[in-house]
Amino acid sequence: MSAERGAIVASLIRLTGDWDLAEDCVQDAVEKALQRWPHEGVPRSPGGWLTTVARNRALDVLRRRQNERAILQQLALLQDEEQPSVSDDRLRLIFTCCHPAIALENRVALTLKTVAGLSTAEIARGLLVAESTLSQRLLRTKAKIANAGIPYRVPPPELLAERTGGVLNVLYLIFNEGYGQPDDYLATEAERLARLLVELMPDEDEALSLLALITLQMARRATRFDAAGDLVPIEEQDRRRWDTTLIDAGQRYLRRAAASRRPPGPYRLQAQIAACHATASDVATTPWPAIVTLYDALLTAHPSPVVALNRAVAVGFRDGYAAGLAELDRLSGPALAGYYLLPAARADFLRRSGRSDEARAAYDEAARLAPDGSAEQRLLERRLASLP
Amino acid sequence: MKYMMFVIADPAAAAEAEPNENDWTIEQWLADVDGRGKRITGDQLRPTSDATTVRVSRGEVVVSDGPFTESKEWICGFDILECDDLDEAIAIAARHPQANGGKLELRPFWTGES
Repeated sequence: MSAERGAIVASLIRLTGDWDLAEDCVQDAVEKALQRWPHEGVPRSPGGWLTTVARNRALDVLRRRQNERAILQQLALLQDEEQPSVSDDRLRLIFTCCHPAIALENRVALTLKTVAGLSTAEIARGLLVAESTLSQRLLRTKAKIANAGIPYRVPPPELLAERTGGVLNVLYLIFNEGYGQPDDYLATEAERLARLLVELMPDEDEALSLLALITLQMARRATRFDAAGDLVPIEEQDRRRWDTTLIDAGQRYLRRAAASRRPPGPYRLQAQIAACHATASDVATTPWPAIVTLYDALLTAHPSPVVALNRAVAVGFRDGYAAGLAELDRLSGPALAGYYLLPAARADFLRRSGRSDEARAAYDEAARLAPDGSAEQRLLERRLASLP
Repeated sequence: MKYMMFVIADPAAAAEAEPNENDWTIEQWLADVDGRGKRITGDQLRPTSDATTVRVSRGEVVVSDGPFTESKEWICGFDILECDDLDEAIAIAARHPQANGGKLELRPFWTGES
């Protein structure tokens, strides 16, 4: 029902411009369906049934409002004879939620609320914020869309590439919020949203690549945390439990993205890196030279200190730990100052090289900088305790 | 929709600005927005050293020299734009010469048409 739900919310927003009205009326229709369908049977066109119930509800509410705007909104609802395609409406909604004039954290929240249809409580839990804070943020965001004149549409061609990149960023951010936690329902939502985007924009190779990246990472989800909710590093994960169906699917998406013949964008490169890991039988036989080459390409097109850090780690596995440590030393500077993964990577290479004392100091620093109480911090402390 | 576009001078942005041959001059920008009827009015403003701040405290008018806020950035001009939506206003702001070397702030009017 969630696919239908999103599409109906999207079309009601287009017709009335009222986000709350759209969400409330569709919520109402869904609740009615849950009450009635079990007894009366599922209607032949569930989507049509939900649309009609939601629209009638919207008309009822608007009739009671009795102002000029409400009359125009009723007319828009009644005159919407020629239905634009459902996919147009859903795309409009996605692009509006991810508009760059909205703060990034609010793009994430609004997309989860309106496009994915999650409840405020579910979103607040996933993003680790108080529910009241999140409600306030959603309220202000919807107000900004109306007050600032953010258009409800798919951007015109000259803006499309840039804005599509923005949408992909939001979806990947949602994925990462979820993937970092044992209860990874936000990652599942991100996967669903990426699949929807691919459906709506079948020619967009970076959308396919993002779906590939998410799918390849989801293939490892069963092995990422142990029973106690502690992180299991990739080299200790039981690769027999990786989901080969998802790995195959991820590679299929990647091949489709490559068939576009466009030069690989950042998501294609990251998905290719993920595919290298997902198809290797262990750390030693992982194709590190290929991974370093992919990181080089990523770094050239999209310089970022975090990508540079990942590249340095890959160099260490390709050329030896000493080479990796030398690469990491070149990264110490303001860009990564205070970022726990830099000392964590150093500690890891030092431990592998048998330099326990230096490793201890580096693990100590990394654990201090890692988010307090996080699974990452617990892993660092475990490593520290295991040093000879 | 009506937008007030504040033209902001920002020494930090000016320091890292790189001239681009595609940048418009203010004359080109004005010709474009006025030619399309997108600008209602606008002007440059004298520096903050010429500013006067006024407020009333316990019934008394308090006048002071200078801007209402001390900041490294200051408003050096404004334009009132009439646009279909925010995307159109963003595109107009992005072509303003001060976009590269300063910045623009778009503020919708309290009473828009919608």
